[in-house]
Amino acid sequence: MATVDVSADGGIEELREKKSFGQKTVEMIKKQPLGTVGFLVVIAMIVMAVGANYLTPYDPEENDFANMLIAPGWEFLLGTDQFGRDIMTRLIYGARTALFVGFVASFVGATIGLVLGVMSAYFGGTFDLIFQRVMDVFMAFPLIIMALAIVSIFGPSTQNVIIAITIPFIPRCARVVRSNALAIREIPYVDAARALGYSHARIILRHMAPNVMAPFLIMITAFVGQAILLEASLSYLGLGVQEPTAAWGLMLQGGAEEYIESEPWIAIFPGIAISLAVFGFNLFGDSVRDVLDPRLRTQ
Amino acid sequence: MLKYTIKRVLLMVPTLFGAACLVFFLLRLIPGDVCELRMSGEGGFVDNEAIAVCQEELGLNDPKIVQFGEFIYGFMVFDLGQSMWTGKAITHEINLRFQLSIQIAIMATFISVIIAIPLGTISAIRQDTWLDYVVRTFSIAGIAIPSFWLGIMIILGLLISTQAWLGEPWMPPIEYVSPFVDPVGNMVQLIWPAIATGYRYSAVATRMTRSALLEVLREDYIRTARAKGLFEKIIINRHALKNSMLPVVTVIGIEFAFLMGGLVVTEQVFNLNGVGKLFVESVQNHDFNMTQALVMLVALIFVVTNFVVDIFYAWLDPRIRYS
Repeated sequence: MATVDVSADGGIEELREKKSFGQKTVEMIKKQPLGTVGFLVVIAMIVMAVGANYLTPYDPEENDFANMLIAPGWEFLLGTDQFGRDIMTRLIYGARTALFVGFVASFVGATIGLVLGVMSAYFGGTFDLIFQRVMDVFMAFPLIIMALAIVSIFGPSTQNVIIAITIPFIPRCARVVRSNALAIREIPYVDAARALGYSHARIILRHMAPNVMAPFLIMITAFVGQAILLEASLSYLGLGVQEPTAAWGLMLQGGAEEYIESEPWIAIFPGIAISLAVFGFNLFGDSVRDVLDPRLRTQ
Repeated sequence: MLKYTIKRVLLMVPTLFGAACLVFFLLRLIPGDVCELRMSGEGGFVDNEAIAVCQEELGLNDPKIVQFGEFIYGFMVFDLGQSMWTGKAITHEINLRFQLSIQIAIMATFISVIIAIPLGTISAIRQDTWLDYVVRTFSIAGIAIPSFWLGIMIILGLLISTQAWLGEPWMPPIEYVSPFVDPVGNMVQLIWPAIATGYRYSAVATRMTRSALLEVLREDYIRTARAKGLFEKIIINRHALKNSMLPVVTVIGIEFAFLMGGLVVTEQVFNLNGVGKLFVESVQNHDFNMTQALVMLVALIFVVTNFVVDIFYAWLDPRIRYS
């Protein structure tokens, strides 16, 4: 009987095709062309957000009344706004705001949703039933209505915008995680953990939560784009990030509409930035979903 | 069917009640109230007595539970009370604005269907060709582009093109005219926000049409139809599309409910006096009665739309009724 010696040369290792990092990358690009585009956008945004101070010579918040409403040109690549601030600079710093709000809101919202969703599946019974009804109520409102209501309670500021975006994300993630966790609860290792006398918290966090990581990651990546869009909408309404902080939605408020006829660049570029960012994150998110869980694919 | 319908109606009650609780207590968490805001609006001087009188008048000093009871009772008998800000009846305040918003919502839904079904169909039939990729990119872009920015761009486009062709810039009118009084004026005003919102909402429906159609095209009866030599056109129109419309209808129905939320921002861009704008204003004015009424209206539309979709679904597919 032939046995395969794993440790010796020419064993299983050779049966598995060896691929260099480069080959793997090329394969990934071919398989997920749209996802690659999204990934590049995400990387570009992170570079902009992290290196904002080095990428531009101008200050994003300081008014410069000598250079108001200058058209795009060599000195100011994308022109200046009604306070003389360089639009390109504000876009670069705006990436920082958008990413900060997007990442924090998605991560916190999805994590709370993860814990609540697994808890709901684990305990089941009355707890699950009541929990589901509460989630239903939260889901009965469009995201923006919920976020608006929350911002109006705490007042507009960057921190409160994050809270306002996080809360409506929680039920959306909890619902998906719960349906996945329901299947996991039936797997014997959960019974085994219970038989060993582990606490509920330990079983939920150490045994069940790690096994619903795929839907969790999918939800996070899907949330980031939505969060960026929501932040922009709230800021546009004047209920989000406040002046003078650079934020894309805020750049479209006030001046953008006032000067639309004579200085359209104030309104055009921030919108392109928002669209590109959300576009990139959505494409990236779709690919992550396809790779992690092909069943969820909507084609 | 009757039993199923009754069951579905009863399921609406806890959701609505939950929504009522949520909005009521959320609003009571806001620091300050409408009286303080109204009094302090007039030049810095705050008359504490006047505030107290005003609070007493509006019933803000009653125990929370009494206020809550009145709110729920009012909702049940369709008496929404008066706006705390203007003092006028809420039904009166909402009436015209609701007409405007619901009209945009219907037009936007219509536009999204016109875009979504042909595009989704093309995309499915020509799966994995460049045409498919173009359509998919177009629809993903629809989700990414903020509708308020699209609105601004539409206004910009209108200004530039009217300047070029008519010699002077033209903007859609701001004053709302009923479609029954002046259909042309009404259309000219509302078609733009409807396009801005409709494009966004077409994205989800396009993807749904595509995936549903792809699934149906793999069915055996489609192969049979092809085997007996039917024209591809007839196969798609008569056999495939009809059977793939079920999930698309659901998506469109649910979207309609969410459109009311999307309108909040679009109305701001086009400066339209609709429900969305009223909502933002009433939240800022701490007008509890008005905010509650509007939130309940949105929740009601959501619940009723879901209900209609479910019933429609059950009517089309008997298996759902009995499960």
